[in-house]
Amino acid sequence: MGYVLNFTLIWRHFDKLWSGLILSLELAVLSIGIGCIIGLALAILYVSGGRILRSLIAAYVEVIRNVPLILLVYLVFYGIPTVFDFAYSNTTSFVVTLSAYAGAYLVEVFRAGLDAVPRGLIDAGKAIGLTPFQRLVHVRLPTMLRIALPALSNTFVSLFKDTSVASVIAVPELTYGAQWINFNTFRIMEVYLVVTGLYLVTGYAILIGLRALERRYAIGR
Amino acid sequence: MLDQIAYAIPFLLPGLLVTIEVSLITVAVSTVIGIVLGVGLVYGPAALRWPIRGFSDIIRGIPILVLLFFVYYGLPLTGLNLQSFAAAVLGLTIFKVAQVIEYVRGAIETVPRGQMDAAKAIGLPFHERFFYVIAPQAVRRFLPPWLNGVTDAVKGSALISLLGVGDLLFGIQKVVARTYDPLALYCFGALLYFVMNYALSIASRALERRFSYIRE
Repeated sequence: MGYVLNFTLIWRHFDKLWSGLILSLELAVLSIGIGCIIGLALAILYVSGGRILRSLIAAYVEVIRNVPLILLVYLVFYGIPTVFDFAYSNTTSFVVTLSAYAGAYLVEVFRAGLDAVPRGLIDAGKAIGLTPFQRLVHVRLPTMLRIALPALSNTFVSLFKDTSVASVIAVPELTYGAQWINFNTFRIMEVYLVVTGLYLVTGYAILIGLRALERRYAIGR
Repeated sequence: MLDQIAYAIPFLLPGLLVTIEVSLITVAVSTVIGIVLGVGLVYGPAALRWPIRGFSDIIRGIPILVLLFFVYYGLPLTGLNLQSFAAAVLGLTIFKVAQVIEYVRGAIETVPRGQMDAAKAIGLPFHERFFYVIAPQAVRRFLPPWLNGVTDAVKGSALISLLGVGDLLFGIQKVVARTYDPLALYCFGALLYFVMNYALSIASRALERRFSYIRE
């Protein structure tokens, strides 16, 4: 091919990519944090609640999981403010969307984990006289977390990658930085090569960290 | 709200067809290539295995959006000038191939080793071992996640509106730009995507139940 790679302009604007990567990580951490709270709360309600509660939670999970994230992002950013007559920044709106999105995926992970807690452990908890609440906090939740850890790591990494969708409402994260450089310098190949590298290194660094946690804590089936 | 949606439907139909068309092409092509590469990953020599492993790990490690922009904006520089539709299909297909490779690897690895050894012991050559012994057993493990992955293709296809492909989301955007009623239109769009994907997830779950008698 007659194309010569030239990275000079990319390094000159590297601060855009770097601050973008930091923002991507912040969006991911915040949304995963809120998503975990939603997921954990709903998973506990799901396994202990009645039929109506279960169908409501299932409906939330199914709707979110079967609609493209980009459509949810548009819906929350452009759609919701028109009815409730308020406005929020694009970053806030994206965190709200990704948290709700993460919550739906994490409910499933936590619920499967709770289902996989061995019956005998819960019975043992009963036998030594723990109340249902104590059994939940001291027996079921810790065991569930250790069982769910591998599935959790995969979900976390894929949510980190999903932060790229924030670029469509101009949140200045990594993909948005890439597009900015793309449109302003036309060093297109170079910028996407660098950004691909950044996503790969960050994604795999997260995965390696979580795998180390798994080796320490995860329980095999 | 309802008359807004009734007004929008004729404008959304062509987009809906494009979304379905793109998803079908992506799934069909990536399934064929993915199965070939997946089998190569499991049984191929190291010179074949490592490039496939690298391809799959790299592609699955980056967001689809970045891959789509790379293909659409980047490839023309190498002389390969793709229209937005072709670029979109190519980008989605590359992404899906990497997924299918992993489904295939996972499915083949659930077939117990003894099956392969037994087939060797009765003197079957490789292609017979694969087609008569391994594949029929692996296919039951392959189908449910594969069908579930089709919903990913449909959802991923919503991103191609950013390349200017006239898919369902693009149609919604156009109507929103005209009527200034984003909530009704986005909700209706979400419903359309939901119906398509939910049908696929139900089918996937039915397949899983159908094969649930297999125990690892």
